[in-house]
Amino acid sequence: MKPRILEVRTKILKKNDEIARAMRARFGVSGVYVVNVVSSPGAGKTGLLTRVMTELSRDMTVVAVVGDLATEHDAARLAESGCEARQISTGTLCHLEADMVEKAIEGWSLDGIDVLFIENVGNLVCPQGFDLGEDLRLLLFPVTEGEDKPLKYPTLINTCDAVAISKMDLAVAVGFDLETAKANTEKARPGVAVFETSARTGAGVDELAAFLRERVAAKRAEPVDAVAP
Amino acid sequence: MHELSIAASLIEIAEDAAREAGAGRVRALRVRVGALSGVVIEALEFVYAAAAEGTLCEGARLEIEAVPARVRCRVCTYEAVMEGVGPFICESCGAPGPEVVGGRDLELVTMEVDEHEAANS
Repeated sequence: MKPRILEVRTKILKKNDEIARAMRARFGVSGVYVVNVVSSPGAGKTGLLTRVMTELSRDMTVVAVVGDLATEHDAARLAESGCEARQISTGTLCHLEADMVEKAIEGWSLDGIDVLFIENVGNLVCPQGFDLGEDLRLLLFPVTEGEDKPLKYPTLINTCDAVAISKMDLAVAVGFDLETAKANTEKARPGVAVFETSARTGAGVDELAAFLRERVAAKRAEPVDAVAP
Repeated sequence: MHELSIAASLIEIAEDAAREAGAGRVRALRVRVGALSGVVIEALEFVYAAAAEGTLCEGARLEIEAVPARVRCRVCTYEAVMEGVGPFICESCGAPGPEVVGGRDLELVTMEVDEHEAANS
């Protein structure tokens, strides 16, 4: 038996990319705006999302899927917004993959949905390379984790379209320096939109919701790319 | 530790390619891993052997080419290979946040396979 060399030249995440591309096409046709929310564990994704979903659902149909290793707690909390939310249990997996989202949204009529939030598993490293068919990747940095988080996790922030600094109500208590945090964010991802938010007081929720409304409207104004995946 | 998913995808692609080519055992995989791919090479090497067990890739060498991050300044278009993963400041004009033009690679480039035994008989 003699060895032979095969040229493969295939992206290792090809399968994930293909599923994500197919979902993006479906979302495009149905006019669903999709936000992938990433952060470290405990950054306050669920709390902030619940507020934002409550606000957006006043005149839009909003749904969410949320990934965790175990428990259905977060889906239950998101449902407090009055919107439908489904849990994805990842077992031991540290991030969501496109096929998990595809499975989770089965049975939903996409035509009736305006915004889909995908709350990723809390992790600042692994979700980076996994496209979920989203239009926007929103990154949360809580004030409790310090001002230098954007500099410490450059690979993920480099793929994000908006940043929400969360738990602003604790900023004084933990000695958080907002200007330094904003400067670090700008250094890591120049030009990225930054929101100062608190799920507890509701600060910044209207601004973030208004930003998302604009994005939803902008997507609707775009011609639909109805090309089959 | 998403490297296990990466290893599983890699092996699936390699097995498909081997079957399609009518090959038998896989002897080696040559993979490009970019500095900005989010994959830790040591972690991938660590999980690969276990993930390959019971597949056509069992026992196959994993040869990894580490691809550095390459960036282009948005202001002065200066291009450079960067140490580490950022944040990036242009070495030439000092502007922050250049455009990433390389280093996100995560690709199975070539593989070494044995001809299928049946094909030799």
